Amino acid sequence: MYLKINNVSKTFHNEKDQALTVFQDIDLDINEGEFVSLLGPSGCGKSTLLSIIAGLAQPSSGSIFLENAEVKGPGPDKSMVFQEAALFPWLTVSENIRFPLRKSLNKKDQQDVAADYLQMVHLSNFANHYPHELSGGMQQRVSIARALAMDAKLLLMDEPFGALDEQTRTVLQDELEKIWLSAKKTIIFVTHSIRESIKLADRIIIMGARPGTIISDIKVDLPRPRLQKDMADLEEELLTILKGEIQKVMKEELRYGGSR
Amino acid sequence: MAVAGKRIVFFTTLVLLWQGIVLLGIWPESMIPSPLSVANEIYAGFKDMTLIWDIVASFRHLLIGFAFSLIIGTLLGVMLAKVKALDETLGSMILALQSVPSIVWVPLAIIWFGFGEASIIFVVIIGGTFVMTMNMRIGIKNVPPLYLNAARTMGSKGLDLFLKVVVPAAIPHAVTGVKLSWAFSWRALMAAELLSSGPGLGYTLAYASDFNNMSLVIGIIIIIGTIGAIVDQVIFQRIENNVLKRWGLDERNP
Repeated sequence: MYLKINNVSKTFHNEKDQALTVFQDIDLDINEGEFVSLLGPSGCGKSTLLSIIAGLAQPSSGSIFLENAEVKGPGPDKSMVFQEAALFPWLTVSENIRFPLRKSLNKKDQQDVAADYLQMVHLSNFANHYPHELSGGMQQRVSIARALAMDAKLLLMDEPFGALDEQTRTVLQDELEKIWLSAKKTIIFVTHSIRESIKLADRIIIMGARPGTIISDIKVDLPRPRLQKDMADLEEELLTILKGEIQKVMKEELRYGGSR
Repeated sequence: MAVAGKRIVFFTTLVLLWQGIVLLGIWPESMIPSPLSVANEIYAGFKDMTLIWDIVASFRHLLIGFAFSLIIGTLLGVMLAKVKALDETLGSMILALQSVPSIVWVPLAIIWFGFGEASIIFVVIIGGTFVMTMNMRIGIKNVPPLYLNAARTMGSKGLDLFLKVVVPAAIPHAVTGVKLSWAFSWRALMAAELLSSGPGLGYTLAYASDFNNMSLVIGIIIIIGTIGAIVDQVIFQRIENNVLKRWGLDERNP
């Protein structure tokens, strides 16, 4: 198995030392080249799970193996795209993409790789601009180019289009799909959008909340690029599954709010 | 350019008002000298080079002290940001020292280093160091976790993470620290020079005051203010604006 998530749980302790279980006993196997979407209501721990896979957070119990090696910390074998572009403002667009390549490639190769990936996200003309001169959508494309340029085993995406407007999001979803089809990366994509999941993923893992668990594992067999009318039935199905979870979260939040 | 015009009108009016008050003759010229006699004193001082030497001497004290302030302040700031135990102990002391006006150190400096330049430089260093320390500390502590997480997933850690991400991310705060440190050093310099044995602008100010030469006193105050404003506006404000713009922090003119 390419990526093996083994019985992973995460518990936080608040100031009063009360334990809050984010999710429990997550077991998940992901194949090489798969485009997997983690879908769930807010509060189900899907972003936390992604941070643990990235090595940025530690699981409270359980372990994660990438190509049979246990994940102990963050590293260039697992690249990540965050909800915000996370570009360094003191570096140009091209320098930002070269940042993870400094150790492994010589100057010339770094520049070639950066140029290739900038072209892939259609930003070749902006190589020498600074991030603040770019729109939010352009910045996010640069951060995707940077993650791809690392040529990591695993590409982790944490609601990468969540902060963008509808039109930009659609364009970037199409671009990501094309890039994935040509590069065949293993992608884990966290989102709370049902439509985004169906449009992009081969496989949708639905997480429930309080505590987070995997409640469904659905294969998506629709032909690409996926059309709205083909997606409708599956969308309905997922919505039914998620409705119960969302109501559960809302009830709990109301109860919590009322008890204060 | 509209701003320049407004300023010319403002300062002309101010000088005319000043001259008007002198002409009313309520106070003697030894208390409020006329703008012309102040201008004469400044002109004479520049002509016989005494004021030039004062300015050169003051700048020498300032630059040596300021350079030490920046180096010590930066190192202390990094240490406070990185070592929690230091921050909790030394940090609270530096916070207290920061609120002590520099002139308070002058008597101590004179006893330790005498009336010479070493005393002045010591006071300037004390004056400029702590504000740099506190800004550097905040700059390093406030590096957005997003930058750190992103860098870690790109394989950066340890010294590389510190030099390539933490330090550049702290630059905007550091620049503000440098600017404030300059302003504090400049004030400390004047306080220290007032009690020194010269040369220096502060020394000449005290000297003129002893001889009841109010025209020169006011002339030197104007020179001190002008130099301070020019350095602040022309050099530091510009650097700060450029950095804020580059770092995408300039919200007023995006």
